[in-house]
Amino acid sequence: MEIVKPDRLQELLNSYANKDVYIHLETTNGAYAAHFKEGFFNAGAFIRNVVVKYELGKVAGESPHRVGLKLPSGWIYAQGITHYTVDEHDRLLMAGLDPDGKLAVALEISETPFTY
Amino acid sequence: MIKEERHVLVIFPHPDDEAFGVSGTISTYLEMGVPVTYACLTLGEMGRNLGNPPFANRETLPQIRKQELKNAAAAMGLTDLRMMGLRDKTIEFEDDEKMIKLVADLIEDTNPSLIITFYPGLSVHPDHDATGRAVVGAVGRMKESERPTLYTIAFANNTAEKLGAPDVIHNVEGAAQKKLNTLNAHASQTVWMMRDMEKRLAEKDPEALKWLHEEKFFTYRWE
Repeated sequence: MEIVKPDRLQELLNSYANKDVYIHLETTNGAYAAHFKEGFFNAGAFIRNVVVKYELGKVAGESPHRVGLKLPSGWIYAQGITHYTVDEHDRLLMAGLDPDGKLAVALEISETPFTY
Repeated sequence: MIKEERHVLVIFPHPDDEAFGVSGTISTYLEMGVPVTYACLTLGEMGRNLGNPPFANRETLPQIRKQELKNAAAAMGLTDLRMMGLRDKTIEFEDDEKMIKLVADLIEDTNPSLIITFYPGLSVHPDHDATGRAVVGAVGRMKESERPTLYTIAFANNTAEKLGAPDVIHNVEGAAQKKLNTLNAHASQTVWMMRDMEKRLAEKDPEALKWLHEEKFFTYRWE
């Protein structure tokens, strides 16, 4: 993965618009957050292989970026995106990594299902 | 002194769970000629460490960790590694009966005299607790006279309060190099920690040496 170039990411988001695509969306502090810092309120969310068709995808803000997808009757967005890549399966993988390189958020778009 | 066993079955959810507290024990059993089976339930797909600059992404991490797990098994001298195909951070949401059956099948297949897993409720990560619950569920259904011994790892902050002190302490000094090799095999997860640890070990820091040479377990007590 490389650091987000907003113009390039915008082109990629455009290329998946108006198609049935599989989504992976994840936010996390890690399972140990409350163990290392007692009282830490640990929240996260994970969805994988949900199919949507978005009419508009947009990258916004300075790094870390926000990426939003407008659906016919709803929204998906991720905040904190720093890195991206298009892999050998033409999947757009976006991630937000903290300064230690630990993943805090991921948003991925694919025309084929992600592995289990 | 490490007790002779017929067969040891180790059940953990993540590649590298074995490395920290059990790899010296596994290596020592194997050196003693005791067969060991390690069932690893997931490939640690949700690991957060991707590096800066990143060495992996969400979709490549499982393949990296699968190879690291195989390398770790080789470092311990372990040949019976079983990858069970579940997904990281989902074990607690699986059907409880399915999980108990998974463990019962492993027990039936390997006929262990000792099982090593996490202590349910005192192992911090939801996958650890769910794995321990499945093992306790499966062994608890066996006739008392046929149950294997259960050694558990517990490290929640309230462990001492709930369980007291560990009752089994293995001196694995003789397997120290294999333990270090096992930890280093999981480089994607351990490289930063090991940099610090190897420095401390070189300085003969007593805490670090104890961490390397002693592996501690709580024998599960059936009510």
